[in-house]
Amino acid sequence: MSSQAWINLAYLIASMLFIVAFKLMSGPRTAVRGNFLGAAGMAIALAAALFEAPVQQAIAARGAWPVVLLLLAGGAGAAIGAAMALKYPMTGMPQMVALLNGFGGAASVFVAAAELWNMGTRALQSDQPGMAAFAAAELAPWTQFAIATALTGLIGAVTFWGSLVAFGKLEELPRFKKPWTDPNRHWINLALAALTLLTMAGVCANPNSFLLFLLLVVLGSLLGTTLTLPIGGADMPVVICLLNSYSGLAAAAAGFVIDNSVLVIAGSLVGASGLILTAIMCQAMNRSLVGVLFGGLGTTTVASGDEVYAGKVKSASAEEIAMVLEGADRVVIVPGYGLAVAQAQHAVRELADVLEARGTTVEYAIHPVAGRMPGHMNVLLAEADIPYEKLREMDDINPTFPETDVAIVIGANDVVNPSARNDPQSPIAGMPILDVDKARTVVVVKRSLSPGFAGIPNPLFAADNTLMYFADGKKAVLDLTAAIQKH
Amino acid sequence: MLPCLMPLLLADAAAVPSDPAARFIRLLTVFLLAMWVGFEVITKVPQRLHTPLTSGSNAISGITAVGAIVAAGAVVSSFGSLFGLVALFLAMINVAGGFVVTYRMLQMFNPKKK
Repeated sequence: MSSQAWINLAYLIASMLFIVAFKLMSGPRTAVRGNFLGAAGMAIALAAALFEAPVQQAIAARGAWPVVLLLLAGGAGAAIGAAMALKYPMTGMPQMVALLNGFGGAASVFVAAAELWNMGTRALQSDQPGMAAFAAAELAPWTQFAIATALTGLIGAVTFWGSLVAFGKLEELPRFKKPWTDPNRHWINLALAALTLLTMAGVCANPNSFLLFLLLVVLGSLLGTTLTLPIGGADMPVVICLLNSYSGLAAAAAGFVIDNSVLVIAGSLVGASGLILTAIMCQAMNRSLVGVLFGGLGTTTVASGDEVYAGKVKSASAEEIAMVLEGADRVVIVPGYGLAVAQAQHAVRELADVLEARGTTVEYAIHPVAGRMPGHMNVLLAEADIPYEKLREMDDINPTFPETDVAIVIGANDVVNPSARNDPQSPIAGMPILDVDKARTVVVVKRSLSPGFAGIPNPLFAADNTLMYFADGKKAVLDLTAAIQKH
Repeated sequence: MLPCLMPLLLADAAAVPSDPAARFIRLLTVFLLAMWVGFEVITKVPQRLHTPLTSGSNAISGITAVGAIVAAGAVVSSFGSLFGLVALFLAMINVAGGFVVTYRMLQMFNPKKK
């Protein structure tokens, strides 16, 4: 077997490990092993890459230097990445993932740039000793190499800048507080997209011009920025998933550039994963992908809050709610992102502990878009040592609400709005929601009656079986716990 | 489904066809089959693990580091190697950050029995 065959075999093993890693992600215990196997696959692929002909020839020509440089660059990156991963708080996971996606995209751009540069200079230097093996004619137009290089440059640049903007928005940097809502933005984006496609065709037709490639990267960067800027905070989960998918597709495209199947396989697995999560998020928010990317929320006229709430909202004190909770056999807590903002996860757990000590069953109902990225709320609650088994998904827990004595909604709004089920005119009509209104009593902890992301009133707050507790999430939960303990 | 992908991947380790179109179609086959495997496997991941799934897949998208090593090694030109080294640096942030943060999250889902 030639050495290239051994290298390819190593890539094959790495690819299989990646697939197994994804497969093991189906449970929290097996997922730990999956993560290790994924890392092992990556280590194997990276080690195999060191035996590729170009690297070996570099070592033959220059001794240990190329390896030292590779270790320095790779080691520095790994150290920074690991330090970030150990330090970042769990509430900031969406930002961190966005940032990492961005680096992946940028890396793909640089791989494409390096290959393009190498290929171009190879053609010029093919008479040099040792380089004859690489001898290539001038780069032909519209080859796999040319098209893949252009695609990698474009997708990678869009990923990098899109991710940076997403990071700014999620980190709530002042400059990104308001989405970009210039009425001409669609035309600007359209013109930019047309120009980008034209330049991409140019790179494919003339891969010998490095400048043209640079222009494409610049246009891709602009496009990534202007496409992400108008997207509002509530739609960020979709954007994160989409960028995740792009970073994978950029890696797959880079695989086409260097004719390498492990890049193609790993890249397309990630691409598929991101696309699935994007679809799930869109579905959970009842929005089309096109709507998220190009629309703002539709501004249909709806009943104003005053009409819905007039005279029907019952406000309760901590003592009153504590009495209701004392008589309950089964309590379901519905956490929303507001709970994470108020850092109330640990307080909620203490409340649950107190209730459980009295023999009450406590479970948590998690809506798919609770939090700022898919599955985010689960991580935040797991961090507060809430057992995984008690975190129940929407479809699983919805049938149990009629047998629930008290549902406590903390910092959630649109995802418990019965209008989605009852009112076909509502902007959120058809959106899957948690049926908390079917519980015997609903306690809603909220600062005020202000609307959620969808900007519509919530009839749940005015329902007969709803008690409103107006307070900051964390303080409310602490007061409730104290009130129960006093009895 | 996994076994049916094996012969195809093994075929990849065999001789690479010299006809560019044949080479492209071989790689395209790998791409589409891997996409399909991805869809099959990932739809089975429960919602509560979607954040670790995202960060873990994020780490795997750092596979571009392999391309970076090959590109940096080809010391045909100092610029090419420089781009390759920058790519490797960036990709390794992604790889290490992704795997470590996924590990950290999964530890929270599996608290040590007291």
